Amino acid sequence: MEKELKVAALRNGTVIDHIPSDKVFKVFAILNLEKCTNQITIGNNLESKRMQSKGIIKVSERFLEEAETNKIALIAPNAKINIIKDYEVTEKRPLTLPKEMREIVQCPNPSCITNHQPVATVFSVQNGDNTISLKCRYCEKELKPEDVKLK
Amino acid sequence: MSNKSLVSITDYDRDDILSILSSAAEFEKNPNRKILDGKVVATLFFEPSTRTRLSFETAVIRLGGSIIGFSDAATSSSAKGETLHDTIQMVGSYADAIVMRHYLEGAARYASEVSPVPVVNAGDGANQHPSQTLLDLYSILKTQKKLERLNICLVGDLKYGRTVHSLIMAMSHFDPTFKFIAPEELKMPDEYKVFCRKNNIPFTESDELAGNFDDADILYMTRVQKERFRDLMEYERVKNVYTLRNDMLSESKPNLRILHPLPRVTEINPDVDANEKAYYFQQAQNGLYVRQAIMNRLINK
Repeated sequence: MEKELKVAALRNGTVIDHIPSDKVFKVFAILNLEKCTNQITIGNNLESKRMQSKGIIKVSERFLEEAETNKIALIAPNAKINIIKDYEVTEKRPLTLPKEMREIVQCPNPSCITNHQPVATVFSVQNGDNTISLKCRYCEKELKPEDVKLK
Repeated sequence: MSNKSLVSITDYDRDDILSILSSAAEFEKNPNRKILDGKVVATLFFEPSTRTRLSFETAVIRLGGSIIGFSDAATSSSAKGETLHDTIQMVGSYADAIVMRHYLEGAARYASEVSPVPVVNAGDGANQHPSQTLLDLYSILKTQKKLERLNICLVGDLKYGRTVHSLIMAMSHFDPTFKFIAPEELKMPDEYKVFCRKNNIPFTESDELAGNFDDADILYMTRVQKERFRDLMEYERVKNVYTLRNDMLSESKPNLRILHPLPRVTEINPDVDANEKAYYFQQAQNGLYVRQAIMNRLINK
């Protein structure tokens, strides 16, 4: 119990909660947290009232920018972002998909130039009627968010 | 990036398209004009395409420009492993414009971003080939005297055929009605049907060619390629169903014209060639004037 409390308490930083369990490490990757040297706590397969099983990522002493957290909207649109300052939640941030995603998604088209030459991938996010699709700036192929592979 | 580049037909709006077509009509009246005098155009063909390359090169030479380039990646520096970025940088410092065909999709968009001079996409894999689309439009305009409210029948490989996809995009400015005639395996992909619905473009679908285009103004034939079929028996069946013969044209409208991006194989019987409705060879010739209009716009405007 005491240990759990220590994990839960974050003085300053960003909490990403309600991540589907199978997406925790994708979220970790999309935020490029491998390279982050701050204290990071990852919890996974935790019980949740809202969902069957959830994951949580807490990054200490770092306030993620909106441009960073919005990338999560693609793979975990129902995740909750809380910015913590001095143990208090100072901001509950809604997730909105960015208009463009650069160097995040890999193009699934094997004939696309981005898979053969050192070219950064750029996808535009297109909102249709209740559907979201991503369009490769280069080969112009569209893909659905569930088919996304990260770079 | 040079914003004059022509990579995809969607780079041009309705006015851009009409301005290219009227300029092409001027070049048709007089194709030999020295308006590219002293200019150098690079034709970089990372994948061979003799028809397209000769058409672009003739367009430039008839306008008084000069050509540098290569017709095959094996003879270029890319065979030594040079990146497209570096090739384009180097060529862009020599030439006033670049015409490029590449086997990778998106290569032309990328080249247009890193090139100091305008880039014309002469085909990037299965993706885009905008000068083909513009010459299709020019042929339609020339034979029908208008682009608005035409009945256009697209036949053959509607799944992989980039020319038909680009034609739908380009014609969407002119209130067309489409009929898509294709075997089950090669049906029009959903994304283009969604595009038509969004733009209020009526279309019907069928898998029968005979007797199905009597109300059409344009019959746009494409090649049904053997390698697209998993079942070769199916290919043999389909191949003959989608062959246009002269006797099938007896009930068609007098203004009907038959287009084909060429090369054709079996999908148009040679007995159609003598019919005045056959327009595919003139269509190819129109490519010259359209490419003159494109090069003039890129370099001189």
